[in-house]
Amino acid sequence: MSTGLLVLPVLIPLLTACASAFSFRSKTLASIVSCTGALAALICAIIIMSNVIMYGTQVTEFGNWEAPFGIVFVADILSASLILVTSIIGLAITVYSCADLKERDAYPLYHAMMHILLAGVSGSFLTGDIFNLYVWFEVMLISAFGLMTLESNKKQIDAAVKYVVLNLISTLVLLLAIGLLYGATGTLNMADLHLKISLVPQSSQHLIAGLFFFGFAIKASFFPLFAWLPASYPTLPSAVVALFAALLTKVGVYAMIRLFTLVFNVETSGYQNLMIIIAGLTMLTGVLGAASQFHIKSILSFHIISQIGYMLMGLALFTPLALSGAIFYIIHHIIVKANLFLISGYIEKRFGTDNLSNMGGLYKSTPVLAFLFLIPAFSLAGFPPLSGFWGKFLVIKASLQTEHYLLAATALFVGLMTIFSMTKIWAEAFWKVKPETAKETPISRLDTFLYLSPVAVLCCLTIAIGLFVEPLYHLAYSASENLLSPTSYIEAVIPSHAIDPVKGIVEMQGAQP
Amino acid sequence: MELLWCIVIAALISMGVYLMLERHLIRFLFGMIIVSNAINLAIFVSGRLTLGMPPLIKADAILPALGTANPLPQALILTAIVIGFGLLLFTLLLSYRAIQTFKTADMDAIQENEGNAFQSSKEQTDKSAAV
Repeated sequence: MSTGLLVLPVLIPLLTACASAFSFRSKTLASIVSCTGALAALICAIIIMSNVIMYGTQVTEFGNWEAPFGIVFVADILSASLILVTSIIGLAITVYSCADLKERDAYPLYHAMMHILLAGVSGSFLTGDIFNLYVWFEVMLISAFGLMTLESNKKQIDAAVKYVVLNLISTLVLLLAIGLLYGATGTLNMADLHLKISLVPQSSQHLIAGLFFFGFAIKASFFPLFAWLPASYPTLPSAVVALFAALLTKVGVYAMIRLFTLVFNVETSGYQNLMIIIAGLTMLTGVLGAASQFHIKSILSFHIISQIGYMLMGLALFTPLALSGAIFYIIHHIIVKANLFLISGYIEKRFGTDNLSNMGGLYKSTPVLAFLFLIPAFSLAGFPPLSGFWGKFLVIKASLQTEHYLLAATALFVGLMTIFSMTKIWAEAFWKVKPETAKETPISRLDTFLYLSPVAVLCCLTIAIGLFVEPLYHLAYSASENLLSPTSYIEAVIPSHAIDPVKGIVEMQGAQP
Repeated sequence: MELLWCIVIAALISMGVYLMLERHLIRFLFGMIIVSNAINLAIFVSGRLTLGMPPLIKADAILPALGTANPLPQALILTAIVIGFGLLLFTLLLSYRAIQTFKTADMDAIQENEGNAFQSSKEQTDKSAAV
């Protein structure tokens, strides 16, 4: 089924970005434009999601070039649900940044670049063309660079150098991998690649899959290539870091899942054992790194890495249950992680620092905040019945089913260590008596509302996912079944009359030799 | 012909990687330029090289004749060059700014410098908190 609707999740943020960049005269105007755009994107994402559930996979072909010749946007259940979560986070963070970033000179530019980032993220989730995926990655990357250096103080420049250098390496490797894949198969359309990859010799497949794995490993911050993340994230303004933490690494994981189910196969690619080992190490190093930190943002940044391990674990085990666990985990993690960073931003605003030793007494002064913090923190650690519990439950159950006991034990141990970090923040920021040296700045009523309403909404979502897990699990399960046997994806993208079971795509109808 | 280009690309990549392993920021940048050009060449070669057969379709045919040059890699490379140029420009300006701020282009020195800067700013906040 073909529809022009799929262009909107990319088009709306881009237009909003232009509009808010041009409204530099008035910060209020920029806020209104930006929030309206984010709301429009959310509505459009809801429509796409309901269409996908009702009518199956949606496809848009650009310039009326039939796939596999033109670029296509494809929304299956996985893409549509990720688009939906992205737009929810987009709206929450735009509202939040109306309060958090308002004192900064480049306020409209912040909004503009955040929307460009959202466009890049949505584009990468939707595209069905592998070179187009690279282009969307670049859109995301360049706006991330921009957001990172808007302040350009000493700390940020140092962080940006590390971030830029490592991400450029990943970009180059991805480009090479895409070039070689094109050379081997003669196509860039992912559905077409699925049909043609079997014609490529095993050794070339192995090489190309390895290059992709390396490239995405940097983007998604797998062990041992995560060094850029804890070095750069803590220097960013809170609203921006929440956006980065929620979406950037997850796009890498999504691309990895898409590629290693549709084009390559985890089991036959020869990387399954490596992936399992890397998943375990990613979880462990992330959580141990967090244990040694004493700044909230650094703790949370290290926790991104450890949670990425769970997602890779789901992909590496490669059963329908494990994959649905990974998908569930991505969605849960986007919401929870953004929420924790938003709360840490509020705390940082009040105390002027995110150093745990310079704050305290929040439980007494703002009990609501304490309650709002507990929900995502417990969810991150995996307390039932919150969303994190179900994600962890699914991947660990899958690992027990496939008899990877060591991996399951690692995952459980990491969950325990996560509680340790969360209790550290809880004990220091909320329970401890406020130290003498701590300076608290009062926040106005309107700002408190702008700060805490997105947090409250995301908390409600976390609880809702935990309580109504059954339909969401079925959705994730059918998404993972579609990934493992992608016939419906391919039939939606490529008209079935053009598919030859042996040679893949045959020539255009009525073509002359 | 393809073999020759493979050797050229291999040489360029090894040069680039050697430069990228340097601690000096500008040398890293030069390495990156060389590697990104080598990768563009690799994409070009992976589209197969043909001599004197432009990808033009005869007026009465639907497909071009067999053995014509493949225009798609060139479109890909063009995109990659544009993106690469933008990224390069950003990285150049960023390293210029980094060198201006830290008075050095050595990445390790930047890190030490940064550590000091961080400490001194922390001391300042401690002092101001004490005041």
